[in-house]
Amino acid sequence: MAKEFELNEMEFWDGNYAASQALRQAQVDVVAAYPITPSTPIVENYGAYQANGYVDGEFVMVESEHGAMSGCVGAAASGGRVATATSSQGFALMTEVLYQASGMRLPIVLTVVNRALASPLNVRGDHSDMYLGRDSGWINLDAFNSQEAYDLTLCAFRVGEHLDVRLPVMVHQDGFTTSHKAQNVNPLQDEVAYKFVGDYVPVDDMLDFSRPVTHGAQTEEDWHYEHKAKQHKALMDSRKVIDEVLEDFKELTGREYKRVETYMMEDAEVAIIALGSSVETSIFAAKQIREEEGLKVGVIAPRCFRPFPFDLIRDAIDMSANLKAVVCMDRSAPGGAMGALFNEVSAAAYTTKNRPLITNYIYGLGGRDFGVEEAKRIMREQKAHADAGHITTEIQQFSGVRGPRLGFFTTRRD
Amino acid sequence: MTDIRWHSRAGQGAVTGAKGLGDVLATTGKYAQGYALYGSAKRGAAMNAYNRIADEPIINHETNMFPDFVLVIDPALAFSDDITKNDKSTTKYIITTHLTKDELISQIPALQDKADRVFVLDCIEISLNTIGRAIPNAPMLGALVKVSNMFELDFFLDGMKKVLSKFPQKIIDGNMAAITRAYNEVN
Repeated sequence: MAKEFELNEMEFWDGNYAASQALRQAQVDVVAAYPITPSTPIVENYGAYQANGYVDGEFVMVESEHGAMSGCVGAAASGGRVATATSSQGFALMTEVLYQASGMRLPIVLTVVNRALASPLNVRGDHSDMYLGRDSGWINLDAFNSQEAYDLTLCAFRVGEHLDVRLPVMVHQDGFTTSHKAQNVNPLQDEVAYKFVGDYVPVDDMLDFSRPVTHGAQTEEDWHYEHKAKQHKALMDSRKVIDEVLEDFKELTGREYKRVETYMMEDAEVAIIALGSSVETSIFAAKQIREEEGLKVGVIAPRCFRPFPFDLIRDAIDMSANLKAVVCMDRSAPGGAMGALFNEVSAAAYTTKNRPLITNYIYGLGGRDFGVEEAKRIMREQKAHADAGHITTEIQQFSGVRGPRLGFFTTRRD
Repeated sequence: MTDIRWHSRAGQGAVTGAKGLGDVLATTGKYAQGYALYGSAKRGAAMNAYNRIADEPIINHETNMFPDFVLVIDPALAFSDDITKNDKSTTKYIITTHLTKDELISQIPALQDKADRVFVLDCIEISLNTIGRAIPNAPMLGALVKVSNMFELDFFLDGMKKVLSKFPQKIIDGNMAAITRAYNEVN
């Protein structure tokens, strides 16, 4: 029986430590992992908990991230609660198996510490890995600080393992900015946390010899399409369960999460949409600019990136009748397209009442600092669009990059 | 909001110091951040660690800051690092050095109009004599407690004892002595 870990009511934890504690409290049966910066400490801490008797489950050291996720798939198909952690190149190497995990409907929890993808090699935070996995059929939850990395990892087990969902879940946090920044974290005691997560309920597990099943079978044109359609429906339908689990978590802890977070949107004239720790920096900047310049800025943040909250993004955009301009912040190299968040938010906004002007910033690649002054400059620029009644800059711009100014496409609605 | 920037070499314990400070603050009802900019830096490389301290939850994640306190825990970095970067008219500097304050300031042009905001002590010597190793983070915390008036010394010592509770008694005693000596010696 695993030992209880002594926890204070208020701890000072970084995001990695917070995530590892959540994995420990969920009493995962199998963690198969291959450490990579900046998520290494999640695996390291978990190994220490296991070695020191705080975990009953198995910790499997594998030869690569492909092996790590393959081990997770095997263990989950066998009927256990399974989790691992990765970042960046490791995430990229896992990608093939990510699709296997979701297609086999295995509720694995993957804590992803977001980091740039090479080349050039870079260990710092951006959302390239999150974007790489966005169509892999996993539920994607996004933490903006270490408290949330802890809270959402606990919620992830409940969501993924729910009998109406049975899908793998990623919990993202920003490399270094969240993973290596200690801050006040209010953890649950072991018993309370485990009770919230609940016992694992196996479904079609391979170790149930009385009822033999096959996982990962081949289907050609006769059945593949139906499987993928059902998988998509399961993701879309998981929205209800995600909402319920977040509601239960609020009842337990008082900490409220929604699939789309909105801040100061009730009277907003312009809004900024972002993911990760930049959400909080944007709220900080928006409060300042409201006080200093009277500019009515709101912040919208997808807490759940997949299933994409098309419904709640539209609610957020229509929350203020005065909303005129929205900027979508993409922290991933767009590879010859508009940013993914811009594309998805624009598609959702097209059928809103407000149909605001929408622009796109690429920012923060490879860990480039996103500062308060730059956030305020971007907010003022949105106000200029709002006042002019049309987009006054290129539709896609780059924030905080050296060299000649970069911008692409202009509006045809002036 | 109080912002603190540490100038250190990787391995000297700035991150541990920044986190230890946060650990103590978290028990007092204050909110803090403790983070560093190091990434792939190897032992001995110059690096920065940071603290933000406030009465309410801290949501600013900008790495860059305009520090209220600059803590230099490696003597050479006072000369080679841009320690006055983002200086405010109230920024206080606590610098580890074997020199006197006047000698130090006379050799660093950037500090010459800030003499009333510069405090010195020899964290390296203090840690060698108390802990037995050149780990200048603990003495720097003692100096910070004195200069900032953030805590009563005894309160801080009690807090640090809890943070270090998993270490052998000898290490805890060494750290307590280092903090106390630094508190008394910083000038």
